[in-house]
Amino acid sequence: MKIAITSSGMNLEDQVDLRLGRAVGFIIYDLEKDTYNYVDNNQNLNAMQGAGIQAAQNVVNQNVDAIITGNCGPKAFSVLTQAGVKIFIGAEGAVKEAIEKYKNNELQEAQTANVEGHWM
Amino acid sequence: MKIAIASGKGGTGKSTVATNFAYLLSKIYKDVCLLDCDVEEPNCHIFLKPYFNEIEKIYVETPVIDVEKCVKCGKCAEVCQFNALAFVKEKVLVFQELCHGCGSCVLTCPVNAIGEKGREVGVIEKGVGCGFDFIHGKLRIGEAMSPPLIKAVKKAGQEHNLQILDCPPGTSCPAIAAVYGADYVFMVTEPTPFGLYDLNLGVEVLRKIGLPFGIIINRSGENDKLIEDYAKTQKINILTKIADDRKIAECYSGGELVLRALPEYKEAFQPLLNIVREGI
Repeated sequence: MKIAITSSGMNLEDQVDLRLGRAVGFIIYDLEKDTYNYVDNNQNLNAMQGAGIQAAQNVVNQNVDAIITGNCGPKAFSVLTQAGVKIFIGAEGAVKEAIEKYKNNELQEAQTANVEGHWM
Repeated sequence: MKIAIASGKGGTGKSTVATNFAYLLSKIYKDVCLLDCDVEEPNCHIFLKPYFNEIEKIYVETPVIDVEKCVKCGKCAEVCQFNALAFVKEKVLVFQELCHGCGSCVLTCPVNAIGEKGREVGVIEKGVGCGFDFIHGKLRIGEAMSPPLIKAVKKAGQEHNLQILDCPPGTSCPAIAAVYGADYVFMVTEPTPFGLYDLNLGVEVLRKIGLPFGIIINRSGENDKLIEDYAKTQKINILTKIADDRKIAECYSGGELVLRALPEYKEAFQPLLNIVREGI
């Protein structure tokens, strides 16, 4: 299975980006093969609105089962849950540390959005 | 003829100029209408105390997906420039509040599976105050999209001979929606570093859209050189100056038209009338 981690860079040593919609990019990590690739989020960094929705849709299209991030707003939460992607919030530090925590079941699965939307 | 009163910076005196200029015009010309396009915080009515005889709700058309007809191609979400639609796991998700009502999704859908439902963005009210026609828009509380309502206000007033548009401050969509299509723009500023900075932003926008404009210095006084130097280097006309006079401030705070209480200030508005004369 694959998971996505919001990342401030292209490598596992880079920091988890605490934002989802306007994260710098995503590390897509394959838990079985222990490999990863990087997907940038340039398109949404400059989006005037709806960055969370679009980013969530892109993450879903990577066929991941879960996403690890710092914070998740209501619209991204809605897209991800409707697509059956589990959301783990409150991650921080290097991407590889977040992956380790995920493997050890140390991350909390979000039941609701933990931050407010930016549009109403 | 359409004259827009804009500023860049907020609180420079747009509404003061707009209400008093419309009042003065109505004494000379027939069929003057003041349009308060600052639908997020309309306040011209405070000075006009108009009698409203017409109220109309304004809607933005937002998409409704017919799940039976949908062929799950995802083209609607792709075409949406406002991220109001998402396509995940063979399902279209609609975020009504992000929709600008452009209709692209409806046109793009290959099987006509998208219908439209109105979202109320606010109301426009039409009436008469101080002897001339007046129209303003009031954005629904919680609504984030003001341009559709601003356009509705402008449309409601388009038949009038002389339209004076009181525009919202700033340089983003609401300000642009308001000034767009004007025959001339009065840029109201104040002689302060803030006034100058935001004036320059506004000027850049107007030049990009290609609208003719001139500057009005409000609260004019000892620091006017700040604006005058700028106007000179930018080759922009300073149309008139309105003095920094406590009596004007008293009128304003009492909700009174300056030209009614202090007719001597008609002098300051005379150069603005020339713009109308030349335009007609």
